[in-house]
Amino acid sequence: MNIVVLVKQVPDSGAERELRSDDQTIDRSSANNVLNEMDEYAVEEALKLQEALGGEVTVLTMGPEQAGEAIRKALQMGPDKAVHVLDGALHGSCAVATSKVLAAALRTLNPDLVLAGAESTDGRVQVMPHMIAERLGIAALTGARKLTVDGGTLTVERQTEEGYEVVTAATPAIVSVWDTINEPRYPSLKGIMAAKKKPVQTLSLADLGISPDEVGFAGSTSTVVESTKRPPRQAGTKVTDSGDGGVQLVEFLATERFV
Amino acid sequence: MTVERILPTPEASDLLALVCDIADRELAPRAADFEARGEFPRELLRLLGRAGLFGLPYDEEYGGGGQPYEVYLQVLEEIAARWLAAAEAISVHTLSCYPVAAHGTDAQRKRLLPDMLGGELLGAYCLSEPAGGSDAGAMTTRAQRDGDGYVVTGTKAWITHAHHADFFNVFCRTGGPGPRGISCLLADAGTPGIVPQAAERTMALRASPIAQVAFDGARIPADRLIGEEGAGFRIAMQALDAGRLGIAACAVGLAQAALDYAVGYARGREQFGQPIIDFQGVGFLLADMATAVSAARAQTLWAARLKDAGRPYSQEAAKAKLFATDMAMRVTTDAVQVLGGAGYVADHPVERYMREAKVLQIVEGTNQIQRMVIARHLAKG
Repeated sequence: MNIVVLVKQVPDSGAERELRSDDQTIDRSSANNVLNEMDEYAVEEALKLQEALGGEVTVLTMGPEQAGEAIRKALQMGPDKAVHVLDGALHGSCAVATSKVLAAALRTLNPDLVLAGAESTDGRVQVMPHMIAERLGIAALTGARKLTVDGGTLTVERQTEEGYEVVTAATPAIVSVWDTINEPRYPSLKGIMAAKKKPVQTLSLADLGISPDEVGFAGSTSTVVESTKRPPRQAGTKVTDSGDGGVQLVEFLATERFV
Repeated sequence: MTVERILPTPEASDLLALVCDIADRELAPRAADFEARGEFPRELLRLLGRAGLFGLPYDEEYGGGGQPYEVYLQVLEEIAARWLAAAEAISVHTLSCYPVAAHGTDAQRKRLLPDMLGGELLGAYCLSEPAGGSDAGAMTTRAQRDGDGYVVTGTKAWITHAHHADFFNVFCRTGGPGPRGISCLLADAGTPGIVPQAAERTMALRASPIAQVAFDGARIPADRLIGEEGAGFRIAMQALDAGRLGIAACAVGLAQAALDYAVGYARGREQFGQPIIDFQGVGFLLADMATAVSAARAQTLWAARLKDAGRPYSQEAAKAKLFATDMAMRVTTDAVQVLGGAGYVADHPVERYMREAKVLQIVEGTNQIQRMVIARHLAKG
C-alpha cells in the first residue's frame, strides 16, 4: 500500500505563541517549533499499516526551510522518504491555497491512502483533509479513532461527541486521525541515524505547475486583518472557609454550570 | 532547567532530545512511585533499550550505537536527572558489556554482542564478594576447568540486576592467588547453579534491588572465557575506568535535579515577605550548588573526551568519579536544607535524592579507592 502522511511544523503549543506584527502570520522565529502532535499518530498508523501490508510510507509537508526539521522528526519514526514543498511564494497561504498545493503534490505521489492528523495545534481548522479530498475527487474519512483496511476498502470509526460512527470508503481516500487511534512509537538511535540517509525531495511551485499568484497572500481567500493578544488570565475566585466553604464551592460550580 | 550542551553531531543532538522526551514522559512521572514500592521497572528499561540506549558507546558493527563517551555520558546524565535507578541500570548494563566488547575474540563479539547491546537483554557485573570489595584481587570464587567448561563456585556480592539480569560477567579465580590468577567468564542467567539470593534492604535505589549471587557448581562453557586465563583482573579494572565515568555522569544528573528543585522551591517560597532565594544565606548556598554541578559536569566530560581521543584517562576518570559523587552528596544534602522541614519529608523528592547520592560515593570503587588510584598515578609521575 502506498501511503502518504501529511505533516506540519507548528509552534509548541505548550509555550507562548505570537503572530508577526507585520503580516499576521505565525512568528516562527520566536517559537520552539515542533512536529504537530496529532501528525505523530498519523505517522504511527501509516507505519502499522506498512508493517501489516507492506508498501511505502512517504511524508509530505509544505512549509519554509525549517519545516525540514519536522520532516526529519517524522522520518526518525520510520517512514521511507519525504517530499517538502518549499517556495518563498507560499508564505501567507490560507487553508484553501494550501490544499491546492498539497493536492498537486499528492497527484505526483499517487497514493492509495493519505493520512493526516485531525487538526494542527496552530490553525486548528480541521478542514485540510476535506479540501484535499474535494480537489482530488477522493473520499475523506475524518476524525478516526480506528482504521481497518480490507483490500481496497477502508473502515473508520469516526469519533464524535456522542460516541462514534462507522464509515467506509474505497481507496484512494484520505483519513484524518485523533490521538485516540494509537500510541505513537518513540524513535530510536537507529531511526535517527537512518533518517539522515532517507531521500527528501524538494518541490517548488513551478515543479507542481502552480502559479505564485494562486497561493500566498495574493492567492488566499481569507486575510487576517488584525489580531489582539489573548487577555491575561483573570484572578480566580478565592473561597475562604468560615464554616460554609462547601456551600460556597457548590454555588460556584453551579453558577459556572460545572454541575 | 534545560542544560546547555555542545554536542559533536546533529544526530547526537537529536538523540539527547529523544532521551529527554522519553525521560520526561515515561521516567520522571513514575520514579517516586516505583521507588516507594520497590518495583523494578523492567518494561521501562526495555523501552530505553529499544530506543538504542543499551549499547551507546559500542561499535555499530556489533549492534552498538557508535557514540562517543562524551555523548553516552550526557544521555546518562539526563536520565539520572529524572530517575537515578534507570540511569544506573544503563550504566551497569553498559559496564557488563565492556569485557566482551573490549577483550572478546572477534567470534565472541559477533556471536554475543548484538543480543547484549540490542536492548532486550540486561547484564550484571559480578566482581565484589562478601569478604572482598575494594580488595578485589583477593577474591575466592573459583572456576575449575572441567572438560569443555568451567565449574564456578563461590558468592558474589552487591550485584545490581541480580534477579533480573540475562547474563552475568563473573570474575573468578582460575589460577593461583593474587590478581594474576583471575579470569572473566560470561554466564547466561539460566545456567543451573547460579542462584540470586534475597535482595538487600538498601537505603535507596529500592526500585533496583541488589543481592548476592551464589555460584553453586555453575557450569560455564569454555568458549565463554573472555580474554585469556589470568587476564580477568586487568579487564575488570579497565571496565571500571569506563564505568566510573558512568557513575560520575549519574552524579551530575542527580545533583542537577536536586539543584533545579531547590531553586524552584526557593523562588516560590516566601518568608518575611520575600522569596527565600533573595536571602543571601539561601541564594549563596544555591550559587555554590550550581557552581559545583557545572564543575563536575565539565570535569566528567573532559575525562570522556580524553577517552574518546584514545588518550590515557584512568586518572581523570577516578578524579571525575570522586569529585562528581562527593559533589552530588553535598548538593543533595544542601537541597534538603534549602527546603527545610519540607525537604525532610517524602512529599518532595530531595530527601530521596540525598539518600540516592550516598551510594554513588561507594559503587564502582569507593571514593577512598579513587583517591588511591589518583595517588598512585601521582606517585608514578
